[in-house]
Amino acid sequence: MNKKILGVLIVFGLMGSPLYAEKVKVGFMTTLSGPAGIIGKQMKHAFQLGLDHIGNAFGGMESSVIYGDDQRKPDVAKQLADKMVKKHQVHFVTGVIWSNLLVAIHGPVTRSNTFLVSANAGPSTVAGKRCSENFFNVSWQNDQTPEAMGKYLQDNGINNVYLMAPNYQAGKDMLAGVQRYYKRKISGKVFTKLGQKDFQAEISTLRASNPGAVFVFQPGGMGINFVKQYNQAGLMGSVPLYTAFTVDAVSLPALKGSAVGVLGTQTWSPDLDNPVNRRFVRDFRKKYGYIPSFYAAQSYDLVRFIDHAIRVAGGISDRDALRDAMRLGGYPSTRGNLRFNNNHFPIQNFYLREAVKDSDGSYTTKIIDTVFTDHGDNYAKDCRMKW
Amino acid sequence: MGLLLIEQAFNGLQFGVMLFLIAAGLTLVFGIMDLVNLSHGSLVMVGAYLATTLIEWTGSFLLGILFALPATFLVGVVVEVLVLRTLYERDHLDQVLATFGLILFFNEVIRIVWGPASLYSGLPEGLSGHVEILPGVPYPTFRLMIILAGLLVAVLIYVIVAKTRLGMLIRAGASNREMAGALGVNIRMLFTLVFGLGASFAGLAGMMLGPLTSVEPGMGEPLLILAFVVIIIGGIGSIRGAFMASILVGLVDTLGRVFLPMLLRSMVADSTADGVGPALASMLIYILMAGILVIRPRGLFPARTG
Amino acid sequence: MSADKLWITWAGMALLALIPILIQVFELPVFYTEMFCRIMILALAAMSLDLILGFGGMVSFGHAVYLGIGSYTVGIFSFYEIDNGFIQFPATLVICGIFALLIGMMSLRTSGVYFIMITLAFAQMVFFLGISLEEFGGDDGMPVYRSEFGGWIDLNDPLSFYYFVFAILLLLLFLCHRIIHSRFGMVLQGCKSNEARMQALGFPTYRYKLAAFVISGMICGIAGALFANWNEFVSPAIMHWTRSGDLLIMVILGGMGTLFGPVLGTVLFLLLEEYLPEWMDALLFPGAGEHWMGVMGPLLILLVLFARGGIHSLLGRLRIRNG
Repeated sequence: MNKKILGVLIVFGLMGSPLYAEKVKVGFMTTLSGPAGIIGKQMKHAFQLGLDHIGNAFGGMESSVIYGDDQRKPDVAKQLADKMVKKHQVHFVTGVIWSNLLVAIHGPVTRSNTFLVSANAGPSTVAGKRCSENFFNVSWQNDQTPEAMGKYLQDNGINNVYLMAPNYQAGKDMLAGVQRYYKRKISGKVFTKLGQKDFQAEISTLRASNPGAVFVFQPGGMGINFVKQYNQAGLMGSVPLYTAFTVDAVSLPALKGSAVGVLGTQTWSPDLDNPVNRRFVRDFRKKYGYIPSFYAAQSYDLVRFIDHAIRVAGGISDRDALRDAMRLGGYPSTRGNLRFNNNHFPIQNFYLREAVKDSDGSYTTKIIDTVFTDHGDNYAKDCRMKW
Repeated sequence: MGLLLIEQAFNGLQFGVMLFLIAAGLTLVFGIMDLVNLSHGSLVMVGAYLATTLIEWTGSFLLGILFALPATFLVGVVVEVLVLRTLYERDHLDQVLATFGLILFFNEVIRIVWGPASLYSGLPEGLSGHVEILPGVPYPTFRLMIILAGLLVAVLIYVIVAKTRLGMLIRAGASNREMAGALGVNIRMLFTLVFGLGASFAGLAGMMLGPLTSVEPGMGEPLLILAFVVIIIGGIGSIRGAFMASILVGLVDTLGRVFLPMLLRSMVADSTADGVGPALASMLIYILMAGILVIRPRGLFPARTG
Repeated sequence: MSADKLWITWAGMALLALIPILIQVFELPVFYTEMFCRIMILALAAMSLDLILGFGGMVSFGHAVYLGIGSYTVGIFSFYEIDNGFIQFPATLVICGIFALLIGMMSLRTSGVYFIMITLAFAQMVFFLGISLEEFGGDDGMPVYRSEFGGWIDLNDPLSFYYFVFAILLLLLFLCHRIIHSRFGMVLQGCKSNEARMQALGFPTYRYKLAAFVISGMICGIAGALFANWNEFVSPAIMHWTRSGDLLIMVILGGMGTLFGPVLGTVLFLLLEEYLPEWMDALLFPGAGEHWMGVMGPLLILLVLFARGGIHSLLGRLRIRNG
């Protein structure tokens, strides 16, 4: 009898000790195959660097990460999210490059009482009416980056702009964003197919409409192909390109000199000067041998964000405390101090960047101006969350 | 508008010529060996990857392609000897399944060796510029080269098939395989040779597609389906049919993709038109195929008599 | 399918009926019940393909299109907030029947490889149609809410959903069995073995084949409707031609022309899909599992070359003692 009581006490004692402590489980979903694979690779690298920096322990607790490749397909993303939530029972589903994928998993994941944290996609559809207390975004809201570009084009008197983006949620958000701040004449507006590789037909049509400038949003491999073909068609010199998410550390290694001088807007650049970013870029280049993109910076921020929140909340068992900790912001970010809007999207600065050739021969972007300071997104007012 | 039409016609021609390179091998293999080969698209991919790597190793675009062509030919021969030979006597369902399995295998091999993400290769300086095909219409040099190369290959194939002894054997085999075999033609070697040639042409298409866009696992599949549509429209076993049909399909797809949205935009909202347009244009090709099969169940220029 | 092989069907269905109970007993996550539910739904689709493939000799390389049409029927109703299953499911039957009739009418005028290609082409057409339906999500798909059956059954409960699907599978399996063993089924099988002879005997083979094609399409459509419910999401991806290829594989893997063989084939195929990566990681080296398709490919080739009868024929060679 005494032995039994002793045994039970020992078991209870062990359950309280670190041996039986709860494990933090995080699912990280990006695209590792196909033309978008280069983005996913960078994000995974940055995520792993973040893990190094926090000692592989979110909030100091034992952690495990489940990586998934969504192949940029909404049905695969949904299946992956379902598996992460139902089979692996993760506490956080994170990552997600593409807005259409995020929209597909947003409902199921947030309804299942799992936190969904996006390190990239920021579709307008989840920023307003459909904002959820279980969803956080640590990158930006889609419309904001092109809004900055639109403001620049408007303020600098550039006329007759031709707009082009892929036909999916983010593409629509991008062009909506530009047109929110750019009020001059639009020479044409074209939606291409997501994943399109050959833009020759569109480029021919573009040329025929005689624009003064072109605003283009073609992320990942699509950007590489578009700019390459734009150059081959002889348009680079005559019709200037203004971009969002098209010419960046993901596409520059392939585009090299052909993209130098192209302007784009973004929330981050490798030369952003703060201690967290300096360490990030330095360690990233040392570990992986190439310059990180904003996708990478955001993934790194994701890790620091979750880690910080768990520390502040003192664990993962109390979801409300965890949520309050996440809302607090103030985590070590590569973009300096960020705070969150009521719809759980960040309020931050937006910079004008130019593609340049660095002193050591590599192609990167440099900040030449700040377009917006502490800019919130357009949809926060429609979100009914108040805290 | 007229200039746009001409420029888009060139684009359609370029696409059609690329389709022809793939369809030519496919129709020959189908016509002569009665083999449904789903993995033909994988040969496009193999050629593209081999070229990308060889260009990097030799540092020369031309040398890279020159070496990649026989390399792809070899891959084709190996696949034919090891796997396809066992399938000739089987029914079409077996061939479909086995070659489907080949697709999975090829894709994975590429993924293991080169990784799952896309690879981008550049073009040599001389080819990355543009040429004025008409006053005021600068056209990418490389695409022009693709059209020329494709037409050259078409002429080459025509010469081989119509003017040489090998071609005579091929035509005989396509027309009536048993008879040709009975007459003493070394069918086995003929098959291997034809397959290898088809693989090289497919690989060439991949080699030209690569620098234009990118190479990635599975890049051949969308083209494969279109190639099948082409040979069904053109007539199985007929090179002439494959050529006509490829140009037709290339033009319909490109012009459809550009002008259908324009047409639709005058009727419905812009983003709907831009979403429906390309999809509708893709459907056009299948509608075309179905229509042709109704009036000509064996395609436009069927080669088979037996 | 002769009577002495029916034990495979009985055993199989009994096992399937027991699975949710076993999962509860071993306290595994509900995820596994849902996994087997999906297997049953796709098994239904594979079985419908076997009806025309194994018994009618029609190699349809576009069968996934009916999965899509069924899914979208439910999806579109759900979009307009008509969640009543008593409307959705019959509508699925009708709509899929119409599509199958139209596609069949045109495709069955051809034969051999032309038939294969034209069924593929029609599937592609519907696939692109699905992508062009901006209103219903297009390429990105759209969420779907589970059908309501007026309080009779709650599909949102995983267990109820499982047995709902099980019941439908059992019912349609029985139905197909009756069809095959009827005069209609005999004629159909006659068409497969020698169509010219059947025609010489005076049978309008085209009509028989078309009828079978339509029935097959309708059953597959039901599978599609169930799938939309299971996934709570529809997208054109389910109509991609590789999905049609998967269905063919599932039928051959299990045993063509046996009706229950495809069910076995589906179980094996989907379990392989789920566990082969894990096994490869464990047996070879971590990270090997990513390349599981590289093993599936050659497996498929070997299957085609050496094990044409599928699992069903392998099992059939086992002799069991009575009692």
